[in-house]
Amino acid sequence: MKRKLLALSLLISAFLLVFNSTTFAAGQEEDKTSFIMHHVKDSHEWHLVTLGHTHVTLPLPVIVYSGDRGLEFFKSSDFQNHETHAFGEAYAHEGYFIDEHDHLGRSDGGSFIEFSITKNVVMLFIVLIVVGWLALSAASFYKKNGAVAPKGAAAIIEPIVIFVRDDIAKESIGPQYKRFVPYLITLFLFVWFGNLLGLIPGAANMTGNIAVTFVLAILTFIITNVNGNKDYWKHVFMTPGVPPLMLLIIVPVEIIGLFTKPFALMVRLFVAITAGHIVILGFIALAFIFESYTIGVASTLMVTFINLIELLVATIQAYVFTLFSAMYIGSAVAEHAHADH
Amino acid sequence: MDLITPGTGLIFWQLFGFLGLLFILIKFAWKPMLAALEERESSINNALKAAETARNEMANLKAENEKLLADARLERDTILKKAQDASVKMIDDAKNDAVKAGALMIENAKAVIETEKKAALADVKSQVAALSLEVTEKLLRKNLSDDKSQKDLVDGFIKELKLN
Repeated sequence: MKRKLLALSLLISAFLLVFNSTTFAAGQEEDKTSFIMHHVKDSHEWHLVTLGHTHVTLPLPVIVYSGDRGLEFFKSSDFQNHETHAFGEAYAHEGYFIDEHDHLGRSDGGSFIEFSITKNVVMLFIVLIVVGWLALSAASFYKKNGAVAPKGAAAIIEPIVIFVRDDIAKESIGPQYKRFVPYLITLFLFVWFGNLLGLIPGAANMTGNIAVTFVLAILTFIITNVNGNKDYWKHVFMTPGVPPLMLLIIVPVEIIGLFTKPFALMVRLFVAITAGHIVILGFIALAFIFESYTIGVASTLMVTFINLIELLVATIQAYVFTLFSAMYIGSAVAEHAHADH
Repeated sequence: MDLITPGTGLIFWQLFGFLGLLFILIKFAWKPMLAALEERESSINNALKAAETARNEMANLKAENEKLLADARLERDTILKKAQDASVKMIDDAKNDAVKAGALMIENAKAVIETEKKAALADVKSQVAALSLEVTEKLLRKNLSDDKSQKDLVDGFIKELKLN
């Protein structure tokens, strides 16, 4: 089984290598690595394959709202050169343009808010559908069969549900854990499937995007502080067992601590996933930089190895995000006696 | 698009997408699922408890049976012992009775023999006395003068005796 997996990942890596080499072999030195950052960041279009000089892309909707013009819908292909697929101010369309760095801009300098369905938003929808479908088909099993041994989707989801409930929620939150289990399970599945699907060649770096991790961290922050009990707030503003003068230092630190917790959540997931993608693409880029078969084989082996590690990281990061969320919530709802401080 | 500046569009879609997923799954997936899991866990726990109770009951029953069996054995042994004692006593009694009866019979027989002997002796004595009287009578009657005639007389008497 392990051998088969290894062979399969080698094959995939080799395929990626060959297929990317056609893209970048003819380019300049900077072009040979620019695809890394291009992949890691969000984009207005989904670039699938480049065959010779033909770019195969999926044009995505560009949705803009501005006070004076209302809600407007465009296609990302409206804003680019049809040959090279390059964005630029030169290809402005109806007063808007997408610049070289994939930023949407307004030609007359007016203000607007963007709600475009970017590559990461599409990826987000895919993850939502996969997780939602899995969870709902698992739930329908119980509706049909009652409380029996699980099969099918239920057999996949149930161990995760039990793991999150018993090993994360019950351990970290304590007696009131039941209220938070649904949020934690959804969080775990979303981050886990986001990480795993992001590892598929050609997929987007969704969970490695700071906007996504920002929202997840904010949700944990809101749930933590909304559920904060008297003890929790007392700990922040009147830290027990501290001399009154020290409170001048401790209270600001505690208040900053409220925000550093979700900040750490946000940055940890973003960095771990983005770094993983950069490392994998970096090893692939080596083959284009050196244009050598030896380096190609060596970097392919490394990519395989890093990919296996990334599978582990995908799971660990989902676990860690859920675990820390549960711990923060646990610290807010815990009924602790202050004698042990 | 920037690496570390969150895009407004993505924040918007992520927030509403994730919240939508969260609410749909809480209502249609996690609530029924967690309830089913709890139900199953409690049914397993109940089954385990019932099995434990049944096992304890079985053990109790077995112990009781063993106790009953032991009691029955003890009682049987006592009864057997009593019966044995009784039989031994009966044999002893019978033996003693027999010995006593034998001794009594021997005593009686001895007494009878003694009486008979005494009677026989008395009879012999009386006959001897009678005979002596008869002989004396005959001797006296013949008036014996000499030895020859005395001897003849005695011989005659003896011949007479033999004839008797």
